[in-house]
Amino acid sequence: MSTSWLPAQSGTRRRRNLISTFMLALTVLAMLIAVTPLLFILGWLLIQGIRYLNLDFFLNDPAPIGEAGGGVRNGIIGTLIMSGIALLIAVPVGVLTGIFLAEYRSNPLATVVRFATDVLSGIPSIVVGIFVYTIIVLPRWFQGAAFSGFAGGVALAVIIIPILVRTTEEILRLVPSSIREAAAALGVPKWDYTLTVVVPSAFGGIATGVMLGLARAAGETAPLLLTTLGNNFYNTKLDQPMAALSLQIFTYAIAPFDEGRRLAFAAAFVLIMLVLLVNIATRYVFRVRSINL
Amino acid sequence: MLIALGVIGLMFGMCYEMWQQSALSRAAFGWSFFWTTAWDPVAEEFGALPYIFGTVVSSLVALAMAGPIGIGIAIFLVELAPEKLRSPVGFLVEMLASIPSVVYGLWGLFVMVPWIGSTLGPGLSHTLGFLPIFKGPSFGVSMLSASLILTVMVIPTVAAVARDVLQAVPNHQREAMLAMGATKWEMVWHAVLPYGRAGIIGGVMLGLGRAFGETMAVTMVIGNQPSIHTSILQPGHTMAAVIANEFTEATYDLYLHALIEIGLVLFLVSFVLNLLARLLVWQVSRGPAGAIRA
Repeated sequence: MSTSWLPAQSGTRRRRNLISTFMLALTVLAMLIAVTPLLFILGWLLIQGIRYLNLDFFLNDPAPIGEAGGGVRNGIIGTLIMSGIALLIAVPVGVLTGIFLAEYRSNPLATVVRFATDVLSGIPSIVVGIFVYTIIVLPRWFQGAAFSGFAGGVALAVIIIPILVRTTEEILRLVPSSIREAAAALGVPKWDYTLTVVVPSAFGGIATGVMLGLARAAGETAPLLLTTLGNNFYNTKLDQPMAALSLQIFTYAIAPFDEGRRLAFAAAFVLIMLVLLVNIATRYVFRVRSINL
Repeated sequence: MLIALGVIGLMFGMCYEMWQQSALSRAAFGWSFFWTTAWDPVAEEFGALPYIFGTVVSSLVALAMAGPIGIGIAIFLVELAPEKLRSPVGFLVEMLASIPSVVYGLWGLFVMVPWIGSTLGPGLSHTLGFLPIFKGPSFGVSMLSASLILTVMVIPTVAAVARDVLQAVPNHQREAMLAMGATKWEMVWHAVLPYGRAGIIGGVMLGLGRAFGETMAVTMVIGNQPSIHTSILQPGHTMAAVIANEFTEATYDLYLHALIEIGLVLFLVSFVLNLLARLLVWQVSRGPAGAIRA
């Protein structure tokens, strides 16, 4: 600045600017530190995953230990089934709760429920696993079965309910209130126009929330350990232990067999691709609606 | 529409069930469960201290790194980044949050652990070995590995909440500071951060909650050894990890109840952390903040 005739002051000014630049540069560094592992992980998985990905991977069950080949068909099917169960349970509960929160925003009950949902989303997934274990696996509640695909699905449902509630609420808030007012002005009762006008206009967004939930369910591992246990064989019966892609990644990764590692890498690659696609799709949908998720 | 009540019911149900199912362990060990170190299923003795120690240490070390980094990212995104960069960088950080934890574990086990065992660990104990926390031989699987992987996993939580909080800081705070001739950093440090302090602390607490409950990634890299070491280069164990590892092997009720009691502690701790954190964040931004964790 033009205070150079005052050496002391110009010195402090320069020092202050230097400090400022330095600290702001640190924030850029922080960003780089965070993004580097992401690129590392994605790059590494890409290289390892593609190398081991082939048709066998999708169509075969795991080979007996020590034999080459084999795939994770049972895990893919298991993940699909259990995520399906989770969605069947969580979509009605989550979406309805989200509608309630968005349409009855100032209701005191809504505040409590919103709070509960937020807290629920912070409960460790392993704790959810214990919970489902104690209510379903331990008392053999589902057709006398102990560890079962059904219990796994329920655990996943509990985990994704908060996600569905939050996305539904957020997307419904973006629906312009003029639409609601127009319907209300025609004398349509609130519950009616909510279901026939507001919700359909936000359908794409709700579907995105469901996809987010699906991606989360597919990657969840810890609660499945306690509820469905995993299975080396192909199984579609809900009252039997079931395999899951995420469980297979875990068991193969810690097992000392190269063949298993190959499968774990490829399975992780498939999972991460699913998650990436869903997230990019979400990004796109919410961008179209011009909000910052 | 009152299905919504179910969400509240779910939470109390969880607490109740775990309280019930840990009755045996609570009766047998009482409070000493939390400060005895013996974990011996054969002798039917259970003390959770090594696990509590492991969880607390690994999470705090992770937070010490992830906190400043996350807040730095938030400052970068809100105050510094050009409009064009904001969205893609925010997206990348959110991607970090959506990678399944078992994939983190896989990467940690096959890439990070060998690197720590061969390079970082020996390096640390060589240069900083005079500090007790870096003393002794270095194993790849260690508390340090767990902390590092937790750092990466917690950064997005802290960053997302801090970003939302900083965005909620009104512009006149900034303008007043700049008008007085402050540099940009002085503005951030003296006017923006203090205004959002409560919310940022909330974000860090949410991160802590996430680190506490993280299971798969941690159990794959921490070594699963229930012992207490001062050096973070040694293996350890955490509460969530012991549940995942031993739950299905718990052959008698007391064993199972001891594990469920650990789960109950995890539940209560994360419940309280989340409750406080959300209150703090709400106070600043007058509404829920933080991106949805996918």
